[in-house]
Amino acid sequence: MDAIVVDELRKRYSDVRALEGITFGVRTGEVFGLLGPNGAGKSTTVKVLATLTKPDSGRAEVAGRDVVREPNAVRRAIGYVPQSSGVDRDATGRENLMLQGRVQGMSGRALESRVGEMLELLGLAEAGDRVVRGYSGGMKRRLDVGLGLVHRPQVLFLDEPTTGLDPEARAAMWDELERLAEGESLTILLTTHYMEEADELADRLAIVSRGRVVVEGTPEELKQSLRGEAVEVELGDGRAAEAEAVVAALDGVLEATVDGRRLRSRVASGARAIPSILSALEAKGIGVEAVTTHRPSLDDVYLHYTGREFAAEDEQGRAGDSGGNGPR
Amino acid sequence: MTIAVRHTWFMVGRQLRNLMREPIWIALLLVQPMVWLLLYGQLFKRVTHLPGGGFGTTSYITFLAPAIVIMNSFFGATWSGMAMISGLDRDVLPRFLATPVSRISLVVSQIVRSALIAVIQGAIILLVSLALGVRVHTGVVGWVVMLTAAALMNSAFAGLSQGIALLVRKEATMIAIANFIGLPLFFLSSTLISIRQIPHWMQIAAKFNPVNWGVIAAREVVLPGTDWNSVGFHLALLFALSVATAAFATWTFRAYQRTI
Ligand SMILES: Nc1ncnc2c1ncn2[C@@H]1O[C@H](COP(=O)(O)OP(=O)(O)OP(=O)(O)O)[C@@H](O)[C@H]1O
Ligand SMILES: [Mg+2]
Repeated sequence: MDAIVVDELRKRYSDVRALEGITFGVRTGEVFGLLGPNGAGKSTTVKVLATLTKPDSGRAEVAGRDVVREPNAVRRAIGYVPQSSGVDRDATGRENLMLQGRVQGMSGRALESRVGEMLELLGLAEAGDRVVRGYSGGMKRRLDVGLGLVHRPQVLFLDEPTTGLDPEARAAMWDELERLAEGESLTILLTTHYMEEADELADRLAIVSRGRVVVEGTPEELKQSLRGEAVEVELGDGRAAEAEAVVAALDGVLEATVDGRRLRSRVASGARAIPSILSALEAKGIGVEAVTTHRPSLDDVYLHYTGREFAAEDEQGRAGDSGGNGPR
Repeated sequence: MTIAVRHTWFMVGRQLRNLMREPIWIALLLVQPMVWLLLYGQLFKRVTHLPGGGFGTTSYITFLAPAIVIMNSFFGATWSGMAMISGLDRDVLPRFLATPVSRISLVVSQIVRSALIAVIQGAIILLVSLALGVRVHTGVVGWVVMLTAAALMNSAFAGLSQGIALLVRKEATMIAIANFIGLPLFFLSSTLISIRQIPHWMQIAAKFNPVNWGVIAAREVVLPGTDWNSVGFHLALLFALSVATAAFATWTFRAYQRTI
């Protein structure tokens, strides 16, 4: 049975269409990643699944329960870690966990020992009785995850669990999540901007753009779905747009996008394309600093599916909502 | 229902525990009501001798003390929505919405917390006034009535304040509105001076002022010749208003949920 069913969800906020028929399924016990640019609708999807907001149309089920018709059954079955931390900063870590357990219907010894266990598991045993205000970003984020897990949910929603963490804290969080996914036999739905994170954690993933899934599969499948090789050219000066046009027009180049001073292209064969790319750029007098080639990575997959619309979309996303899309 | 009560209790506990961690806040909580009492008590000491009277006592502090209990409770209530705004801003309240927590408890607990604090402060004011020589004519019953009036006064306006907080969701706007409502209602009442001493149109307006309802109920039980009908009537008015504003706050919370 699927732990999460998302079928043709639509939702608009006044004039912004956040979800436009998003559809996917997550199997029980799986870690599923949602990737996509700012404003793509990842958080909105999670908020619908976590019963914070209702869709305009479409259907969604979590742990076999309909999110609109049986919200309380869903709420007992899920843990939700929002994009922006919802911990009570004036309370201690332990108090936060105790209260969360209580509203989930736990009490007494069982609750106390579960909270102790969670603090241990999250590496917060020593900090547990300190007020959260004094926690580091990583500690606070781990506590957020703990709040989602204290009542042993079947399904856990993680909305950008590692955004804002330093690389070390991020790696620690990944280990943590991997351990939890195994130990607690959880189904996890995770949104992220980090390809590396999706690659590392997700069994399957979907790339979302403009409120719809554009492609879905295991990281391996997605990488293999892109034919050829990726060639990256580090440009010497700022004529990126011109370089893109020149390279995209060449034979044997399947697509080309620029990302700052980096020109990413996907080609049928690196050995044949690199000389022609270099000579075409040289003919235009565009300087080149470095060239690398590799098999398509998840980055390339992401750019392939979102790249061309990326610039426009990002603008729109920012206009609609300046940055952090925490529940408001 | 029992779930709603239990969850309200959890949420009140959360707020009070957090406040207990703020020593300056606690100090001000205790000191502020006394400042009102001593400041106004000295400032207007002689007004009871004004021609026209209507004070029912020659001791101004006796006249003033019950009204300060109400005034303090009223001002506390107008600010109670600030905690709701910071709860929303810090995403603490939205997080609870993904749990089976009773929605009503998230709103009602804010009102209950506010009213509890008002009752504690009211008790302090009454203890200090006792020391200053104020005698409550109806004794213990009078104390209970005054603290009940303080609780009702507070919840009536805390409900309003929560509702406004949920509609505006901005601290600066909330402060402006609290000031806009607070001071006029305070001055349009017999808090500081006998109703007979204020202009006629203000006397009429005061009849419709909930702050004045509280002042009347609290003062009646302190001064001799208590009119119990008036006490009961004004407490009932405050109770009705509390129910209405709590309903308003709950409604605005639903409206807020639709914007998530
Ligand atoms: N509560 C809200 N009120 C109004 N508009 C909203 C609200 N939440 C989201 N939106 C809009 O819906 C669109 C999708 O937002 P969403 O938060 O789902 O994107 P996202 O994929 O999570 O983006 P990010 O990567 O930036 O977190 C955006 O245009 C956003 O501005
Ligand atoms: Mg988001």
